[in-house]
Amino acid sequence: MIDLKNLTIKKAHESLIKGEYSCVELAQAYLENIKEKDGEIHAYLEVFDDVLEQAKEADKKIKDNKDVTLLTGIPIAVKDNILIKGRIASSASKILENYHATYDATVIKKLKEAGVVFLGRTNMDEFAMGGSTENSAFGVTHNPNDLERVSGGTSGGSAAAVAADMTLVALGSDTGGSIRQPSSFCGVIGLKPGYGTVSRSGLMAAASSFDQIGAIGKTLEDVRTVFDCISGTDSLDSTSRENKGVSLNENKKVKVGIPNGFVTSKGVDKDIIRNFTESVEKIKKLGCEVIEIDLEHIKYSLAAYYTLVFAEESSNMARFDGMRYGLRVDGQNGVDDYFKTKAAGFGPEVKRRIILGTYVLSSGYYDAYYNKANIVRDLIREDYSKAFEKVDIIITPTTPGPAFKIGEKINDPLQLYLEDIFTVPANLAGLPAMSIPAGFKEVNGKKLPLGLQLFAAHGGEEKLFNLAKDFENN
Amino acid sequence: MEIKDIEKLAKLARIELTEDEKQAYLKEIEAILVYVDQIKEVVGKADKERKVGDLRNVMRTDEVESESGISTEVITAEFPQKQGNYLKVKKIL
Repeated sequence: MIDLKNLTIKKAHESLIKGEYSCVELAQAYLENIKEKDGEIHAYLEVFDDVLEQAKEADKKIKDNKDVTLLTGIPIAVKDNILIKGRIASSASKILENYHATYDATVIKKLKEAGVVFLGRTNMDEFAMGGSTENSAFGVTHNPNDLERVSGGTSGGSAAAVAADMTLVALGSDTGGSIRQPSSFCGVIGLKPGYGTVSRSGLMAAASSFDQIGAIGKTLEDVRTVFDCISGTDSLDSTSRENKGVSLNENKKVKVGIPNGFVTSKGVDKDIIRNFTESVEKIKKLGCEVIEIDLEHIKYSLAAYYTLVFAEESSNMARFDGMRYGLRVDGQNGVDDYFKTKAAGFGPEVKRRIILGTYVLSSGYYDAYYNKANIVRDLIREDYSKAFEKVDIIITPTTPGPAFKIGEKINDPLQLYLEDIFTVPANLAGLPAMSIPAGFKEVNGKKLPLGLQLFAAHGGEEKLFNLAKDFENN
Repeated sequence: MEIKDIEKLAKLARIELTEDEKQAYLKEIEAILVYVDQIKEVVGKADKERKVGDLRNVMRTDEVESESGISTEVITAEFPQKQGNYLKVKKIL
């Protein structure tokens, strides 16, 4: 019996090389766990029927010692908005329910070359709009720590699958917190790389100037291994950007910044503040200098974020018109096909954001909303670059509260948007950010995980790993 | 905002909404816009010129790198309706 709970990529790799078990046996262990647990969690939209065949291929590579990497034979789950050629990629939407990807996303190409085994595609909020997977057209993902609560979102399926040992690692995507918030809710580690660090080619666009693909795992090493594999410039992504890969200077005292007044914003759970204060004390004990920093415009993050995201999302959703792929519903004429297809294919949140985006981009309101939000985004970016002249890392909680109950916020979209208060600034400024487990809040006998969020300047993913490792070890 | 504004936006976005959806969106969208209106408080810098960021367009020559026709089959297989290798849509004129 393989101990999946304590398994890491490195341990699995060593066992596979030593022949203690095969890739097929490893994959089988995960498939059995999925069979046992996913009925009540619903992290997967589909478990692939060729998992064991993929694992056999990996076993052959290991046997022949040909092209073996740390990831050969490692089981991975993929969020349903990342394309794997020939397989369904639906973005948890009815409009793409039967759509087969026609090419591999760059990250998938890289993972295939590394020899991973794809277990299946994971649940998410439709087209990555939401924060709880309640907007999935195919049902909510339950939190493995408390089945009455959400797993978070939008990459809720990926985070829950990792937390419940239904995969070793998973890919998610993050537009405003969609990797970090579910990681925090499920008690695992999630990294949103800096914008442009991981290719977006083959990731279905939500808000193109915010989206990044990243890894979710149980350990920092696992997340780093996947990050190393999928990152790098790509000619297929026009916003791909060289990442300098800066580490913390070991010979200098690490400076950690806390945004002044931000953590105690309205609506933040008092247990989150208590837990965060404890984390700050712990970081001080690690020998870091903790200083308060001023981020003047950070209080406008959510307002600017949503304005821009509505605009970009509504533009990106225009391609789903029923013409070339996906659902087509017959109307009276060609244009009526559009109206009918979108009405039948999109869920309520997607429609809401299309309307909102159309509003903020309409000629009469463009300057007041879209342009203004872009100016605010620039000011926030400047605030961060000034702050990073003084500190190496900035910390905040990942979320304003622990995982909430299924159904608790779904009827009030604005309440759900406010959940993203701590995570959106990283996407506005294109910064790398990571959520790591930082403790629990006990509610009715259930231990609900809480997360600590770390940000660095562009190129600083390694700094996040450095500090997180110290934090985890102490 | 009124129902007719929602209808106008839906028409611009080429999306059909039910009466119930229109009512719900009117209420929700108003609340969201009230929140988003905060950005209007950022004053004095509104006419500031946008700075060029660190991102640069990644350019490449517009050349077909793969074998011609290699994706035809997989792409046409996804057409909602087709006639031979052609995508079938309703008459436009």
